[in-house]
Amino acid sequence: MTTLADKVNVVFEVLRYNPETDDAPRMQEYTVPVTKGMTVLDGLHWIKEHLEPGLAWRSSCRMGVCGSCGMFINGYPRLACNNQILHIHKSRIQIKPLPNYDIIRDLVPDLEGFFQKHKSVKPYLIRKDLKEQNMPTGEYFQSTEELVNYIQFAYCIKCGLCLAACPTVATDEQFAGPQALAQAYRYNADSRDEGSDERLEITFSGHGAPNCHFAGACSDVCPKDVDPSFAIQLLKKEMFLKTLKTGKAKKSIHLIPINKDFVESPDIPAAPKPTV
Amino acid sequence: MNQEIKKQKNNLGLWGWLGGGRYGMERYAYSLHRLTGLGILLYFILHIFATGTRIWGQEAWDQTMHALETPFFKFGEFLVFVAFAYHALNGLRLLFTELGMLMGKPRRPVIPYTNAVRRQRPFFILAMVLTAILIVLGGLDFYVL
Amino acid sequence: MREGKLWVFHLLAGAVIFFLLGMHMFIMHLDEILAAIGLGYREPISAESVFHRSKHIFFMITYILLLGSALYHGLYGLKNILFEISMSKSAEKSISVFLTILGLALFAYGAFAAVFVFVN
Repeated sequence: MTTLADKVNVVFEVLRYNPETDDAPRMQEYTVPVTKGMTVLDGLHWIKEHLEPGLAWRSSCRMGVCGSCGMFINGYPRLACNNQILHIHKSRIQIKPLPNYDIIRDLVPDLEGFFQKHKSVKPYLIRKDLKEQNMPTGEYFQSTEELVNYIQFAYCIKCGLCLAACPTVATDEQFAGPQALAQAYRYNADSRDEGSDERLEITFSGHGAPNCHFAGACSDVCPKDVDPSFAIQLLKKEMFLKTLKTGKAKKSIHLIPINKDFVESPDIPAAPKPTV
Repeated sequence: MNQEIKKQKNNLGLWGWLGGGRYGMERYAYSLHRLTGLGILLYFILHIFATGTRIWGQEAWDQTMHALETPFFKFGEFLVFVAFAYHALNGLRLLFTELGMLMGKPRRPVIPYTNAVRRQRPFFILAMVLTAILIVLGGLDFYVL
Repeated sequence: MREGKLWVFHLLAGAVIFFLLGMHMFIMHLDEILAAIGLGYREPISAESVFHRSKHIFFMITYILLLGSALYHGLYGLKNILFEISMSKSAEKSISVFLTILGLALFAYGAFAAVFVFVN
């Protein structure tokens, strides 16, 4: 039985790369005294504090919410903050930056292309009636069932683990990738959205949904159960039915007019004046 | 300040296709599907030429078939049969999953997480069992009966 | 968009091949097992049975159908694999043209053989 005070020495094998001095990445070892409950991210912090102040990585929330600390830990893409060192059950832990992204420095991957791909699928509600969208006269009603159609895919935190696991991304630089395609489906499946035709250009191109072959690794590594491969298969189904012109047309959205007779409760204090 | 940062390429490249890594069995199925597909395509093109010899009558046909009657070609043919069995049944599974079947419906992400890949896995295993049966039957026919 | 349509045909061709090639493989390679339950040809590869089948309108039509869909399915799959190795637009274009010509030529040859033997 290990208690909180017990220390186990674990060797961290970390990829180091400094673009200013190194020609190629190298592996360096650090021995970290690990106590119960320490995450891989805590281990990296310990190294930075005691052994190597120059070690670089990205992290922020340290609780699996922000999606910054995606790393290739023992050959598997994971969030460093979401995995306890002792749970990995290894006396050596190998940490590399996520594959399929360029390395900027040490454990910092270049996510620029990833975010560009995300943007390219127009991940926002598109309405044909622009006037109503910009100057709304009411609310778009959405039932709970309609919400469940896409809510799972809306939990994406853009950590980029799925692209590191994807075999197509490994070679195809133009491939939109599991994250972007899953987000395209998230909006296509939204009952308030009418933009699926506009997204076809990316989703149904020579480097879009048809290049997903359902290897399923993206869903395995996803820390938020967004299940990108599922979204892409559903996207393919939608595209298939659209091509054969047999798909169900989207129901027209139900608009709930704004209640003009609404009276604010006198108990609620007024909102502060905007500062910007 | 705005100088170009020298970045290190880190794409897995072709190893991403062939190395299944520590992911699920479907990723290995993907690599094998690719390999068997290419193998069958190569055989198929040769097959078109070999069977095209029937234009020149029965004699030409018998000659071609006789030339191909070596243990080497026989084993090659058996490999093609194996590849066919795998590619057909795994392909059938993919046909269903790519059309959104066998995986249930989207749901709220509630711990413990499950995902579509795990939900369709029984069907993958079923397809592999059928593949194994076909391969055994084919092996019997090729080498025993 | 056009690319996506090609993928839909790839899927449909796959479904056609599943049945036709399944039949082909059963007749050609599981012949002994089929014969044991009283179906199929005993010596499917002998010139006699090959020419007997080739004279049959059903086999002539299924040969051509299988030839076309299998060539499409296979060459589209190859194209997809090749395009996934990042390459320039012009290289993609020339590979598409090459594979299309290859496919049409093989189809013409195979279909000619099927029709020629059927007629003569």
